[in-house]
Amino acid sequence: MESLEQIKARAENAIAGARLEVILNGSPSCQHSMLVDEEHALAVARFLRDDPLLRFDYASNVTGVDWPDTVVKKIIKVKQIVDGVERELDQSVEEKKAGHLEAVYHLYSMQLNHGPFVLRLRTADRAERNHLPSLTPVWRGAEFQEREAFDLYGIIFDGHPDLRRILMWDEFKDFPMRKDYLEPDDYEYEPTPHADVLEKAQKHVKEAV
Amino acid sequence: MDTPSDTTTAPPPPRNFELLQKKSSTGDTSSDLLEISMGPQHPSTHGVFRMDLVLDGERVVKLKPVFGYLHRNHEKIGENTTYLGSMPFTDRLDYFCSLTNNWAYALAVEKLAGLQVPERAEYIRVITAELTRLQNHACLGGFLLQDMGAMGTPIMYAFREREKILDLFEALTGARMMCNYMRFGGCRCDLPPGWLEQARQVVDAFPRFLDEFEALLNENEILMSRTQGVGFLPRDLAINASITGPMLRASGVNYDIRKVDKYGLYDRFSFRVPLGAHGDVYDRYMIRVLEMRESLKILQPALRDIPEGPIVDPKAKLRGFRPKPGEAYGRIEAPKGELGFYLISDGSPNPYRYRVRPPSLINLTILEDMCLGHLVGDVVVILGSVDIVLGEVDR
Repeated sequence: MESLEQIKARAENAIAGARLEVILNGSPSCQHSMLVDEEHALAVARFLRDDPLLRFDYASNVTGVDWPDTVVKKIIKVKQIVDGVERELDQSVEEKKAGHLEAVYHLYSMQLNHGPFVLRLRTADRAERNHLPSLTPVWRGAEFQEREAFDLYGIIFDGHPDLRRILMWDEFKDFPMRKDYLEPDDYEYEPTPHADVLEKAQKHVKEAV
Repeated sequence: MDTPSDTTTAPPPPRNFELLQKKSSTGDTSSDLLEISMGPQHPSTHGVFRMDLVLDGERVVKLKPVFGYLHRNHEKIGENTTYLGSMPFTDRLDYFCSLTNNWAYALAVEKLAGLQVPERAEYIRVITAELTRLQNHACLGGFLLQDMGAMGTPIMYAFREREKILDLFEALTGARMMCNYMRFGGCRCDLPPGWLEQARQVVDAFPRFLDEFEALLNENEILMSRTQGVGFLPRDLAINASITGPMLRASGVNYDIRKVDKYGLYDRFSFRVPLGAHGDVYDRYMIRVLEMRESLKILQPALRDIPEGPIVDPKAKLRGFRPKPGEAYGRIEAPKGELGFYLISDGSPNPYRYRVRPPSLINLTILEDMCLGHLVGDVVVILGSVDIVLGEVDR
């Protein structure tokens, strides 16, 4: 398999305007990944699948990752004049980093027996702009796994043929795999018609008293 | 005598199902479509799994699988516990094959932390994984035949062999199904005295069971007529839909992760990868029978050549295990397909992200494509040939 830099150069040549970025992985596994901008993700995916030297015809693993908003405390040196003398003082600065949701695709080639190629897509933020292009038109194997990432992380895959909840029930509201998910106090609670009747009955009892 | 007046209308008959207008491209409206819900307690679904079927007569025109009845958010639990704490929980994914689940998870963590596995531990892993494959494939054959109406006999024959293998697991790990045996960089404990001899006896006796099983079933007329030409899966669709394991190879794709990745010690053993020619249910059944024979070819030299030595990497720490920040994806050829674990470490004792790539769930992607146009009875057989375990599908 070519190195990631070579693939990046060839992909940027083949697809006008595509912005790719190699993300290094610090663990001994050395599985570095490629970040692709969302506008050209579908074109890059088609390139990876159809290029004769790559032929990533098999999307093995598709999943989401949540990176919440973080506050990084940095200590910076500030020059201040204290008692007429210039001194360097430490000052702590809080830096806010916006979080994002990430979809990770592990690609292999069954024809050429190489891989994994790790493809990453990132949403703009975690609230409203949580849309990513679906790669199910390129690899059908992503269908259920993208549905799962939608179900558990709330990434909306545009262009997915059947984007519904897959593991949680349809009426469920939250996204349980997000890092800031709060468990409900009572899992069993569901509003039922019986609750209305009970409320009415209690009201009648009060009125009678 | 009173005649019923035209103004009174009879109450509509009670309906337990919904009738849909038939939408046929040819405009043929000779019959109505019937929507039925198959499962989640149907015996052929191998657990709590539901299919929403739309039928034209008895032919399937639409099928949507419904999951989630066993969902317990395994991945979130994995993020809330330590790396080692997830090891016993991986047993519960595919509860038929706990040892291969252990291996896939241990492999991913070893990639993440850069651990080496001693030779003896690798041999033990290969032996236990192939024994797991034997009992999984034997039971799948039994279940498939049971779905076709062969009540009892094939499944009992398969379970008789499975008992012997489970006895081996019990002697080795202390548990028959929930083994919790592998550790990062090795295995939990060494083989008990006499275990190898016992395992050799089981392996040597296994071909006799296979001969008997094949003589009973391979050319059985009912099996052939129910499975040949049923549930066809084309080669290109199988690759594109990420189908793995025996299902993929039954469609004629030569892709076995034991050969491709050469993890463990699989490059030391000579075994062949059986491939199907038709991609139907019968091929999927035969692939599993042939794979059992190939597993025996791995087991016999492995049991003979296993060396003495340590079983755990001395660098591996049980307590305070904190891999460096980074990520790793490790995968093995589990009996049901490619079982992978994707881990992200942020340097803390718990994984930041813990993802299971379940072969059973992803192999169901093309269930609708395989079932369209077949009868309801064939849906049962096709689902049986996919080989799912709901503990892994729903996680």
